[in-house]
Amino acid sequence: MSTVDQFEANSAGAFVEAWDESAETMTINMGPQHPSTHGVLRLVLTLEGEIVREARPVIGYLHTGMEKECEDNNWRQAVTIVTRMDYLAPFHNELVYSMGVEKLLGIEVPERGQAIRILMTELNRISSHLVWLATQSMDMGAISMMLYGFRERELLIDFFEMVTGLRMNHNYICPGGVWQDLPEGWRTPLADFYSIFPKKIAEYEGLLTDNPIWRQRTQGVGVISREDALALGATGPILRATGLDWDIRKAFPYSGIDKYEFEVPTETGGDVFSRYVVRMEEMRQSLGIAQQVIESMPEGDYRNPDPKITPPSRRQLTTSMEAVIHHFKIVTQGYTVPAGEVYVAVESPRGELGTWIVSDGGTNPYRVHVRDPSFVNLQSLPVMMKDSLVADTVASIASVDPVMGGVDR
Amino acid sequence: MSDVIEQIKATFPGAALSESNAFGQDVLVVAPDKWQGVARWLATESGFAFLSDLCGVDWLEVRGEARFEVVYNLTNFESKTRLTVKVPVAGDPPTARTVTDLWPAANWLEREAFDMFGIVFEGHPNLERILMPDEWEGHPLRKDYAVGKVPIEFKHLSPGF
Repeated sequence: MSTVDQFEANSAGAFVEAWDESAETMTINMGPQHPSTHGVLRLVLTLEGEIVREARPVIGYLHTGMEKECEDNNWRQAVTIVTRMDYLAPFHNELVYSMGVEKLLGIEVPERGQAIRILMTELNRISSHLVWLATQSMDMGAISMMLYGFRERELLIDFFEMVTGLRMNHNYICPGGVWQDLPEGWRTPLADFYSIFPKKIAEYEGLLTDNPIWRQRTQGVGVISREDALALGATGPILRATGLDWDIRKAFPYSGIDKYEFEVPTETGGDVFSRYVVRMEEMRQSLGIAQQVIESMPEGDYRNPDPKITPPSRRQLTTSMEAVIHHFKIVTQGYTVPAGEVYVAVESPRGELGTWIVSDGGTNPYRVHVRDPSFVNLQSLPVMMKDSLVADTVASIASVDPVMGGVDR
Repeated sequence: MSDVIEQIKATFPGAALSESNAFGQDVLVVAPDKWQGVARWLATESGFAFLSDLCGVDWLEVRGEARFEVVYNLTNFESKTRLTVKVPVAGDPPTARTVTDLWPAANWLEREAFDMFGIVFEGHPNLERILMPDEWEGHPLRKDYAVGKVPIEFKHLSPGF
C-alpha cells in the first residue's frame, strides 16, 4: 500500500486531492464550507509542509444568475436584484445601478435625494467595515472583537430599518432619487450612534493596534506590492494599503460627495496590518462625511418629480386622474429608457463597484454587468498567499474582505 | 473627442470603426484585427494601464455579422479619465484575443465572459468556466438562453425527503 493510499484509508474525509512524493507537495481543499472562507469560497492549496506554494480560488458556488435576472425585470424592479449582490453594501449596489439608469434617462436627483444617498452609503461603509473587523479579528482569535463589531453594527442596521423598512437588501435608492423621505425623528438614533461610536473605534484600536499577538499575526502577512495590485485590478483598501490614494469618491465624484471634506487614508506596508489601519481610518472618515451630511441636510424633494419615472404620492392618487394613469403605467409596464450604454462606478467598502448598463430603448435593461470589487480583488489572493504559512491563509482571506454574493452574483 | 482617440487614429489607421461620447466618457469601437496592437499601445504607452471592467454583450438579432461584443472599461489614474473600448466578436464559437498578458486583471473577467457568452479568448492561460459548473451546457447570458429553460434540480425527489 502506497503512502497516499494509507493516508486516505486512515483519514476518511481529509480530501487530499494529490500528493507528489518526489516534490513533497500535497494539494488539499479548503472550503467551500469553511468558517474562515467568509461564505462559499473554495481554495485549492498546494502545500509543502506548512508552506502554501500555490493557492487557487474556486468560485461560483453562490451563482444565481442575477445579471440575467435583471434582463427579465423592468428598470425599477432590477434594483431589487442588484441590492442582493454585495449583501454587506446593498446601498452601494443600488446607488451605482441607479446612477447608471439616471444617466441614460438624463434626469437629475434633487439635492436632498443626493444627500440622503451619501448619508446611507457612508453609514453603510461603516457597517460593512464593522463586519470585516469582526470577522477578521475572529479569524485571528480575538473572539470578543467579533461580538463588539456586530454589536455596533446593529445600531446602524436599526437605523437602516427605520429609514427603509428592511435591515438588509433595502431596495431604497432607486432611479430618480430614494424611495421615501427620511422618517420623522431620524436624527435621534444617529445622535445615539454618534455619542458612542467614536469612543468605540478608539476602544477597538486599544484592543488590537498595539496588541503584540495581533501585530505578529498581521504585520508582514499577505503582502502585495502596488504594481501587482494594480495589474490584478485590486482596488479599495487593498490598493490604498500599498500607498496609492486612489478613491473613486475623489477621482470621479458622484452624488455630490465633493461638497464634503474627507481624507483618503493610505498605508505603505501592503500587508494585512496596513489594510486594517486603512479600514479603521476609513470608518472615521465616513463618520465625518455622514456628520457633515446630517448637519447640512437640505430641504426639498427627495426624488425627481418627473411623473413618468416617479410614482405619484398616495394623496395625489385620490385627487388626480392623471396621477392614477401614471401610477398604473409605472406599476404595470414600467418606464422606457432611451437606448444607450453607460459605465458608472462608486467606491464601495471593497473598492471600485462599477456597472455597465445597456438599454435598447425598452422597459427592461438589455444588459446589466456589475464589476464587483470582491470578484476582481480575489484574483490577488494567490499573490498574497504565495509562500505564506497555512495559518496565515485565513488572515489573507479576511483582509481581502470578499463577499461571495457579489463575487458570484 | 479626446487626445487618446486622435492618437489611436493617427497611430493605427483603420483601427477605429467609430467613436462617440457617452455621458462624458469616450467610447471607441475598435476593429478586431487591430485590437491587439491598440491594446498594447493603450496598456503600455497611453496611461490607461488599469483595466476596470471587461464584459460581454450579446446583440442577437440586433446586429448581423458580429453578434457579440467585448466591452473594456479602462481607467487612467494620472489624468483621472476613463475610456470605453468595444470590440465586435464574430465567428462560431465567437473568438477574441486575450488581453491577460497586458492587463492580468482580465483573467477572471475573460473567464466570466467565456462562461456566460461562450466567447473564446485565444491565448488565455486558463480558459474554463468560472461561475457555472464545469459540466454545464450552454452559456446563460446569451439572449437565446431563456430564463426558466433550465430543469429544476432535485425536483424528482419526494416532498418528504
